[in-house]
Amino acid sequence: MTRTSALRWLPLLSAAAILGACQSTPKPTTETPKAPEVSAPSQTGAGGGAVQPVRRPAPVAGAPLPGTVQDFVINASDRVFFDVDQYEVREDAAVILERQAAWLKRYPAIQVRIEGNADERGTREYNIALGSRRASAVRDYLVGLGVSPSRIATVSFGKERPIDPGADDEAFRRNRNARTAIVSGAR
Amino acid sequence: MRRSVAAVLVAFLAVTGLFAGSGPARAEIEVDVNKGDIRPLPLSIPAFGGDRGGDIAGVIAENLGRSGLFAPIDPGGRTAEVSTEPDFAVWKALGAQALVNGQVNLVDGRLQVDFRLWDTFAGQQLLGLQFTSTPENWRRVAHKISDAVYERLTGEKGYFDTRVVFVSETGGRLNRTLRLAVMDQDGANPSYLTDGTEIVLSPRFSASSQEITYMALRPDGSAVYLLNLETGRRESLGQFQGMVFAPRFSPDGTQVAFAVERNGNSDIWVMNLLNRQSRRLTSDPAIDTSPAFSPDGTRIVFNSDRGGSAQLYVMDASGSGARRISFAEGRYTSPVWSPNGDFIAFTRQSGGQFHIGVMRPDGSDERTLTSSYMDEGPTWAPNGRVLLFSRQEPGGEPRLWTVDVTGRILKPAPYSGGASDPAWSPLIN
Repeated sequence: MTRTSALRWLPLLSAAAILGACQSTPKPTTETPKAPEVSAPSQTGAGGGAVQPVRRPAPVAGAPLPGTVQDFVINASDRVFFDVDQYEVREDAAVILERQAAWLKRYPAIQVRIEGNADERGTREYNIALGSRRASAVRDYLVGLGVSPSRIATVSFGKERPIDPGADDEAFRRNRNARTAIVSGAR
Repeated sequence: MRRSVAAVLVAFLAVTGLFAGSGPARAEIEVDVNKGDIRPLPLSIPAFGGDRGGDIAGVIAENLGRSGLFAPIDPGGRTAEVSTEPDFAVWKALGAQALVNGQVNLVDGRLQVDFRLWDTFAGQQLLGLQFTSTPENWRRVAHKISDAVYERLTGEKGYFDTRVVFVSETGGRLNRTLRLAVMDQDGANPSYLTDGTEIVLSPRFSASSQEITYMALRPDGSAVYLLNLETGRRESLGQFQGMVFAPRFSPDGTQVAFAVERNGNSDIWVMNLLNRQSRRLTSDPAIDTSPAFSPDGTRIVFNSDRGGSAQLYVMDASGSGARRISFAEGRYTSPVWSPNGDFIAFTRQSGGQFHIGVMRPDGSDERTLTSSYMDEGPTWAPNGRVLLFSRQEPGGEPRLWTVDVTGRILKPAPYSGGASDPAWSPLIN
């Protein structure tokens, strides 16, 4: 989201830079540059008068309120991913779980449920067991980082709740995950 | 040159190598093991006389044809009075080596069906039976006749008067609705048992075929249920600390084996249904799941990844003496013991494909029956000759398929909706 906002501003900043370069005495300005006035091509046919230019709406920045589910999902990230038929917490997952643990410690009233998931390249019951292992591995990791085990429940959905409907490696990669779901206590 | 109808089919079974020695002794049979392709036995089933006579003959023809052992020949409008000996020349000219004819009567409001099975070449009657029931039960009568014909001609019990419980799957991949459903083995009379508000998996019949056990999965955890099909009464096996899943009845119906997960580790447990006491059978740090009793109840096959990858193990029903029985490349899961005790069917994942296969309980004679993107969860017909399983194409929804134990006869099951986790009932009494 932060990146998106910055990208949206880029053309405007370049426009300001160009305008500034044209002036003999450049000075920094915080004003939003105006959209260049362009005369609209005259239209033929009914009501073919001049068209008034419309100013581009000013961007609106959004951010989740602290302590909400949105705050957790966006700023901590609620899902970590696993290798094929594995349940070890990978390095990229550890980074996310550290953010989750820090966030959960900031909001001690929040209860979570870790949902273990598997890709469809395994049989149903084995995948229930594999999802349980993944959920349990995430719980253990969070507990190791100081989150009370009494705040964490676990469940496995096996391969029954995919987030990607595809049947390729990328879909399988996404579907091998554990999601930390907030069940109560969020603001 | 010509062998009798029964001889041809017993030869078929013997050639498969699976039933030699296990079927009834028939000294007159000469087994031609060099015979390469086995053709189904041509037989004709003209419309029975009386009300529903055409429907009953049609159901019998579909049952026998679907088995792959018989090739029903269209009688072309010909009929055969059951009260007199058929004109064998007519049926021989059609190419039918056997003939099933019959008559339907309503006697005091009851449906009465007489039928006979004939060897057209020998000009002999092989079977003559009468079934009675209520008129709306005509399909079951047709299944009973199918079973009688099958048994007389193959020497093996039939499997047509049976039902299948399964998980009906509807909706897209990301918002799928799963419902327990039950139907006749030919796909007729499907009905839902649950409403789709919870994930339901792995239904299994009890030996009485009137009760099923299954697992329900909700966000706050899982439960194993017993459901009586006649009364609709449902009861939970109780609260467990972690996930509880993969339930199956013992053959005598007094116990349920299942998997329980604690702190991420799944083990096999068994509950005595009479006193509700549970006992843990395995305590390995690996994934142990998908237990299945041997038909005599003395042993349990299950899958475990204690050796590094998922493999099949057999242990005593007490939990002792676990021994690995699968050794080929790949991962083995969802084992099921055949009702005869002679084979264990399983799902095997190897080379990016999924397979249904069978092996002896000691791990010998392994053979692969199917291959596809996703074949999973075999269940045995009560005579141990046919397996039902689910097959899913990439991105599609699962469908039910059948394969015979030789792997030669592979077909979509007659139920065409999205379905998985089938479990075949015993023969209905």
